[in-house]
Formats: sequence, C-alpha cells, structure tokens
Amino acid sequence: MLSPSDLLLIPFDDWVNTLVRDFLVPNFRPFFRALQVPVTAVLNGFDTFFQFVPMLVTTAAFTLIAWYTVSRGLALFTVLALVFIDMIGLWPQTMTTLSMIVTSVLFCTILGIPIGILAAGSNRLWAVTRPILDIMQTIPSFVYLVPIVMLFGVGMVPGIIATIIFALPPIIRLTNLGIRNVRGDLIEAAEAFGSTRWQMLWEVQFPLAIRTIMAGLNQTLMLSLSMVVIAALIGAGGLGLTVYTGLGRLDVGGATAGGVGIVLLAIILDRITQALGEQNGVRPVSLRQTLASLFRLRRPIADEAKKTGP
Amino acid sequence: MKVKLRARDVYKVFGETPQDALERLKRGESKEQILEETGQVVGVQEASFDVEEAHIFVVMGLSGSGKSTLVRMLNGLIKPTAGEILVDEDDIATCSPEQLRNIRREKIAMVFQHFALFPHKTIAENVAYGLKIKGMGAAERRKKALVALDQVGLAAWADNYPGELSGGMQQRVGLARGLATDPQILLMDEPFSALDPLIRREMQEELLGLQKKLHKTIVFITHDLNEALILGDRIAIMKDGRFVQVGTAQEIVANPADDYVSAFVADIDRGRVFTAGHVANEPETVQLSAGADEALRIMEEMNRNALYVLDGEKIAGVVTYQDLSTAARDNGDSGTALADVLIADYPTAARQVQLYELYGLASSGLPIAVIDDKRLVGVVEPEAVFAQLSGEEQLIETAGGTETRAAS
Repeated sequence: MLSPSDLLLIPFDDWVNTLVRDFLVPNFRPFFRALQVPVTAVLNGFDTFFQFVPMLVTTAAFTLIAWYTVSRGLALFTVLALVFIDMIGLWPQTMTTLSMIVTSVLFCTILGIPIGILAAGSNRLWAVTRPILDIMQTIPSFVYLVPIVMLFGVGMVPGIIATIIFALPPIIRLTNLGIRNVRGDLIEAAEAFGSTRWQMLWEVQFPLAIRTIMAGLNQTLMLSLSMVVIAALIGAGGLGLTVYTGLGRLDVGGATAGGVGIVLLAIILDRITQALGEQNGVRPVSLRQTLASLFRLRRPIADEAKKTGP
Repeated sequence: MKVKLRARDVYKVFGETPQDALERLKRGESKEQILEETGQVVGVQEASFDVEEAHIFVVMGLSGSGKSTLVRMLNGLIKPTAGEILVDEDDIATCSPEQLRNIRREKIAMVFQHFALFPHKTIAENVAYGLKIKGMGAAERRKKALVALDQVGLAAWADNYPGELSGGMQQRVGLARGLATDPQILLMDEPFSALDPLIRREMQEELLGLQKKLHKTIVFITHDLNEALILGDRIAIMKDGRFVQVGTAQEIVANPADDYVSAFVADIDRGRVFTAGHVANEPETVQLSAGADEALRIMEEMNRNALYVLDGEKIAGVVTYQDLSTAARDNGDSGTALADVLIADYPTAARQVQLYELYGLASSGLPIAVIDDKRLVGVVEPEAVFAQLSGEEQLIETAGGTETRAAS
C-alpha cells in the first residue's frame, strides 16, 4: 500500500533538534540562565528556612493552621502524619519537597493570576492562551524535560521550572473563569458609580472570584506535588529523589516510604487550601478575610456555634 | 424650569456595521427588515427627550422595547451609535473616559432591577461604594452611608450582608447607594419589577416621599403602565426602540396616540390617574344673603341640581334644587331663606386627591367642593367622577342635563 511517507518523509525531529540545539541553546542560554535567578533565590530562601526551623516548631505551626482553618480532626491528622514522617527518617527530604512546592506554587500564582485576569478581560487573548494551556496540560512532562535540561541544566531549579510548566494551567483557567463569572449587573453597578478598571478589579471582580481562584490554587498545588518524582529525574531532591532512588535500586521499602511522605504532605496541604477557598460557605470571602483567617486565633465555625447556642 | 438631561436623535444598533443599519433606518426601513437583511439589532431609534430638573421622567415599554438600552446610554454604560446625550453641557456620547467617569461619580447614580448589591460587602460598604471610589476617607463615607441608609429606614442593618435582607430591603439599599453620592440625576432601571406587588406599592410611595425632599432628576424605567402613571411627571411609551408617545399621565390616558397605547390604557385604573382638579368645574356659587329665587334661577340656568352657598369668602354649605323648590312651594314665594335648607355637612376634597378616593363622596349625590387653602376653587359633579372613569367625557353634559330636568 502506498502511504504518504513513501513520497515525503518530514525530518520533524531534526527540525526540533536544530531549533533547540543550534538556535535556542547557543543564542538564548544566558537568557534562560537568568530566568533561574529569582527561582533559585526563592527556593534557597524557603529551603534554608524550613531546614532551619526545628521539626517540632514546624509541626506545631502546621497543626495550628489546620486547626483554625479546617478542623480539630485535620489538626490531629497533621500531628500524626508529620511525626510519622520524622520517625521514618524523611523529615529533611519532606522539607525540601515542601520548599520546592511552595516555590513553584508561588511562581504559578505570580504568573497565573495576572495572566488569568488579562485573559478574562479579552476574548482574543483567551483564544490564544487556551490552546497553549491545553498543550501544557496534555503534553507528557517527559517531553519537555529534555529541552529544559539543555536550556537550564540539571538540578533543583530546572525541576521546579518543569513543575511550574505542568502546574500553571489550572490557576490561569480558574482565575479566568472566576473573573468571567462575576455577575454582569455587579460589573455594571461598579462601572455606573465611576470605578476605574483597577478599582473594579480590586473592589468587585477579584473578591468575588477569590473562591474560584483558590480552587485553582489548590489544583496547582496538587499538580506540583504530583511532579516531584518526575522533577527528581532531572536532579531535583527531596521525597521525589527518595522514590526515584528506590526505583533505581528496586528498593521497594525506600520508594514506598517516599511515596507515603508525598501522600501525607499532599493530604495536609490539600485540605488546608480547600478550606481557605470555601470558608463561610454562605457568602464569598474577601481576600483580606482569607488572609486574616490564616492568622486568626479563633475558629469561625466554633464562633458560629457559640452564637446559635444557648 | 431648567433642562437637566437632554437626548437628541439617539440611536443604538447592535451589530458589526451599525452605520450601515443607521442609514437603512434613515431611509425608512423597519427594524425587522434590517434584522433579516443584515443581522443587526436596532435597540433604540430616534429617541429625543428633555428631562427637567427635579422631574421624574418615566420610560415605559415591554421587554425588548429598548428601554434598558436607552437608560444605559444615559450614563454611558452603552455607547450610542448616533445622537447626543447632554447632561448639563457635557455630551455623554462623545466625552473622554475620564470625563465620563467624573460625571458618573458626581452627577449620575443608578439603581438596578436585580439590586446589584455587592455580596461580599456589608450594607454600609455597599452604600458607601460610590464614595469610596471617589476617594473619600473611611470614617466620612461611613457617616454619609448611614445618613443615606437612614433615609430608607435601614440604618440598623448597616453591618449585615445583602444576602441577609429581603428583596424589598435590598432594593432600599440599592436606592440608598444611589443617593449616597448625592447625585443630581438618578437612573432607575425597573427598580421595583422584581418585588412583590405590595412591597412595590410601598416602594413607589417611598420614592415619591423621598423625591418631595430631595428633588432629584429621575429617569425611571418600567414595564408597568400603572407604575409609570403613579410616578411620572412625564411618561414616554416605547415600542420597538421608538417613542410612540410622550406626555403627562393624563395626556396619555385621555388621548392615546395610537392603538398600541390605547391597548395599554384600556387596562389601567383611571381613578388613580386623574385627580379632583381634573374633573372639577368652575364653582358657581350664590351668597347666603341672596334669596331662594336667585339660587333656583342660577341652578336652572346652569343645569345643576345643587349649588354652593358662600358667606362672604367662606363656604356656608350647599343647597339642592329639590329641597329649595319644595321649601319655596310650602312657604310661598318670598319667605324662604337659603339658611333654612342649607346642608352644612357637604363633601370636600383637595385638588390633588385622586378620583378613586372620591367614589364614597360622590355616592352622597351632592357635588363635591374642591378646596384649596380653605377656599372653594371648584366643584366636582358626582356624574363627572364616573364619566371620567368610563373614559367618555361628553357623558357629563347629557347626564347632568337629564337629571336636572327630572328634578324640576
């Protein structure tokens, strides 16, 4: 049978090789290196901090946050999970993974929320952004590990950059969705009173979209966690490395320990970020309230109970 | 009276090439024809009107008539395709974005059909929104917000959230938010349509009460002709994006411009449109000192069966033809004084009292004295009340005539 490849064989792989090896790498390597600088700085900061703070203090802090934002049950779970991680000897790796995740989520937020807001304001920009996000979400991460290594080298920071590419789409999508879903008459009302675009965003759109944006943040966080093992392939450390090493040596115990650590960390972070988005189910919470609730020393639910009590 | 808001030949076409549709409109093509041939929707066409300061201008139309589009063009939420909209001297259609923003901040506020309160802000914060946008300090704007809330009787709810209030209360907050910035013009887009009939009635009265104190220039949109007639100093009736009639409530009810308007008018309660002043005749009176002959002569001449009697400037009472002629027959020609048959318990009404409130008074059969500042300024014949209700004014004369003849 005749097939099109008999007539013409496109050397697609060669083209990509030429593009990356002969064009991007020699010409843009300094640029990509420069991109690493802020990521490196933030990562080192978090890593130093989490490694420096004693285990008991970190555990206490997480427990309190879990208690005040979610429930006593999650607080108890947090204590047990973190103590277990420490007792299986994975505390330093867990803290490294935590700082990697916090760094990638931070950069996803810094990039994703503004992009989402801009995309919500312009159908044309969204038409361009959307297929890019689709590609970012569907392309297997192994595919872009190679160019990342060529452009950024190996190590923690390239691992985080791969994580950012993988975890960025949900926060952009949900910021865009949240802003677009703000009721039209509220936008009209804000406009009718003479709001500037910035006032409209800050006073109306963003506070009303915050729940959806928090849901996006939660998804971004979960995707970041799921990348830690893959990031270890290109030199990132932490729990991902533990799993990867276990895989290499057929050390089922080591791999399982690392996996359990990731799962426990994931459960704690997931529940806390979900609760931040859903607080006071009756009405949407403002950004200020969301941030304030992180530091408040009372549980809002317990408070309600007191009011309705005898 | 000063014109506060003026619209001249305002058009709005929704679509890709509005200028093309505009030309077709000016050539006389219809809205349907343009939609079919070009796919463009004509929202508003050829709208021109003036709103005088401190007046309520009501735009009444069914859904799809373009009334919401029209009101949104007045504060620039929708940009007109053609025409000019002048607030004082500034043209909303062509001014710069900063100028438009300033006009919105200082001069025009809006109240929305579904309240459009910000669910994440407290009632006080909602009311203070316009002030915050202008950059007023927190303490001062809260003070002003509380004053505005007090006007609508909701100061106690300042720190609740909109979700905790009923629909009527929420719209009061919407009204307070509109009033808080002390705008000269208030645009109200079907503000009471989403409310229960009883609450709606209450809100209409409240708006009229507030208007008596505040004297805002109001453009009020509604789909309810009764509401339009109750509130409007002037009313525009809109159909297919075009004004079919503009006039006072009485002009519209008494002389509908076309079948479309007549169809609406047919259903409305005329008793709430016309007032005693509209159906009153010039008072024909007789002095108390005059004799029965004089009174009878006037009544016969005027074809009336009752006559008001004055004592100087003061109303002494009313005499009926029947009483007077009976008394005159019994007493002989000269002996009857008007005071003997005077009915001192006569029905009275103020000039602005609505017809429906006269039904009870009219049933006594006596003409109703229309009083202004204790002086008799007119007389409403009972027949005139019902004739106006039936919409046929010429009935008044014949009815009055027949009865007088029957009495004599």
